[in-house]
Amino acid sequence: MRVDLRLSTVIAMPIDELWAILRDFNSHALWHPAVAASAIEAQEAADQVGAVRSFRLKDGSRIREQLLFLSDLKRTFGYCILEAPALLRDYVAVVRLRPVTSENSCFWDWRASFNPPDAERDRLTRFVRDDIIEAGFAGMREFLRSGRTVDLRQAMTAPAARAGAEAVEIVLTRYGGPEVLQPRIARIKEPGAGEARIRQTAVGVNFIDVYCRRGSFDLVAPGGVLGMEAAGVVESVGANITNIRPGDRVAYACAPPGAYASMRTMRADFLVRLPEALAEVDAAGLLLKGMTAGFLLHDVAQARPGSTILVHAAAGGVGQILCRWAKALGATVIGTTSSEAKTQPARSAGCDAVLVYGDEDLVTAVRRLTSGRGVDIVYDAVGRDTFEQSVACLAPRGHLVSFGQASGDVGAHSIDRLASRSATLSRPNYVHYTDTPEKIRAQSDRLFEALKGGAVVAARPRTFSLAQAAQAHAELEGRRTTGSLVLIP
Amino acid sequence: MAKVYTSAVIPAPATAVWSIVRDFNALPNWTPFVADSRIEQNKSPDQIGCVRNFHLKDGGRIRERLLALSDYEMSFEYSILESPMSVDNYVATFRLIPVTDLDHTFAEWTAEFDAAPEREDGLVQSIGQSVFAAGLAALKARFAR
Repeated sequence: MRVDLRLSTVIAMPIDELWAILRDFNSHALWHPAVAASAIEAQEAADQVGAVRSFRLKDGSRIREQLLFLSDLKRTFGYCILEAPALLRDYVAVVRLRPVTSENSCFWDWRASFNPPDAERDRLTRFVRDDIIEAGFAGMREFLRSGRTVDLRQAMTAPAARAGAEAVEIVLTRYGGPEVLQPRIARIKEPGAGEARIRQTAVGVNFIDVYCRRGSFDLVAPGGVLGMEAAGVVESVGANITNIRPGDRVAYACAPPGAYASMRTMRADFLVRLPEALAEVDAAGLLLKGMTAGFLLHDVAQARPGSTILVHAAAGGVGQILCRWAKALGATVIGTTSSEAKTQPARSAGCDAVLVYGDEDLVTAVRRLTSGRGVDIVYDAVGRDTFEQSVACLAPRGHLVSFGQASGDVGAHSIDRLASRSATLSRPNYVHYTDTPEKIRAQSDRLFEALKGGAVVAARPRTFSLAQAAQAHAELEGRRTTGSLVLIP
Repeated sequence: MAKVYTSAVIPAPATAVWSIVRDFNALPNWTPFVADSRIEQNKSPDQIGCVRNFHLKDGGRIRERLLALSDYEMSFEYSILESPMSVDNYVATFRLIPVTDLDHTFAEWTAEFDAAPEREDGLVQSIGQSVFAAGLAALKARFAR
């Protein structure tokens, strides 16, 4: 038997403003709490009758819905489900706004009608009523309170933004904590000469994004989009493109930032074609960190058979790759972790010994493990909290590679202390190892070779939805993660 | 053609509001501007086609015909047969819709009519404010605690 639901609420907002949001068939990605990501298919406009929105709920299910009618006169639209996993057969829904003239607010009526199997009738009715419609009302109220509507309206009305394909991107509203990251709808331009447009299916989260967000690096100005790494499928290419074709599975890990988006147009010669065996989600968790580990182990310093190295944050994304790869190169690897729980992943990654910060004086422990000599190379991305100890852990003619500052800026230090060990200090920047197509090709070839040989493994990353970018940052900064983090648009 | 649109949220369940307004002869009971009302030819006030004949408190007499009534949609439509307003082809619709999350009622009162062009704006204003909005405000006040 058919279920007909009719629910409604009153929203304290002028009707034209609410309608401007609702009439955009793809705007639910911004205000509906159940929707993780959404895009209009085939580059159609979000107010084109017949347009299909393809979206993912936060529970992981995928749904495709088609716009059946849209009336600006009556402020109503209706849509049906084309594909959904939840047995929502013959599902049609109608949204209509009516003004409340006595108080300058509006009445929002939302009906849904569907034909569920009898056994699922109660469950599906509850799902549509509570998780879709009522949650939608609540989500819209929250969205309006958040003030994010301003960005949305600008995105929708800016004349220049009408060309190109619609996408969701995460914008850096200002420098600061994770909360400065907010989603907005954007138009992604058609690829010009030498460019390709990629439908991104996985976006890598890296500490460099955190540095950009805090303002420690000036790669991204407020209003811009973070992210150096993503994987996906080439959707279209501009003129003069020979290395890739639409439909190719690709990834990239390079400047300029802008990867936190469901779609992106960028230089095609920075793209790397993915090996058959490498899933896009794994590639987005591996490429930047793997290429980093590659040049740290081969170009910045050389880990060789017989050398002993110390890797800080050995259970982290780059840390695990560094340890396994260094081990494969014949080095003895000592790892450090911030907690006992993280020693297991560090050991699995190949560490010969793992030290937990705070258990024992780090320098004493390293001296003990190296018969008093110290280590040949220290890989330190922790920064402020570990820099002095890292210097003290070095063997004569040792090399400190300071390649990050997860705990804060390293600050000013005297170079005189390096003389007591004839130590070398490197402060490599990822960008300088990956800023030409030739460098990217060399780094990625080396990484994929190591992947084939087993020196590098692509661990399944922990995933968040694109809209949860702020949460992913908070987890990364809170030292609560092991391995890679990936956002799924 | 001129159009009038007014609406309000009444703080009561739709069934409670509907039980008052569905009576086509009940204008004196819930509006502030009607003095008396009767249904012509002794018809029932929910018989489609019946005519209500009422006096405004300012003395004007109006005759209106019930064109449609729906207990399913909680709505009714009527036309003006005679009035002091000099309007033609006047058709009005009154509709209630439940506001489900608060168990309140969205009430909508609309009309379309023809009149001399120079009088349209004034009529839209006076019908919208002095009649429809005033009626809805009275309903709201009736259910306000």
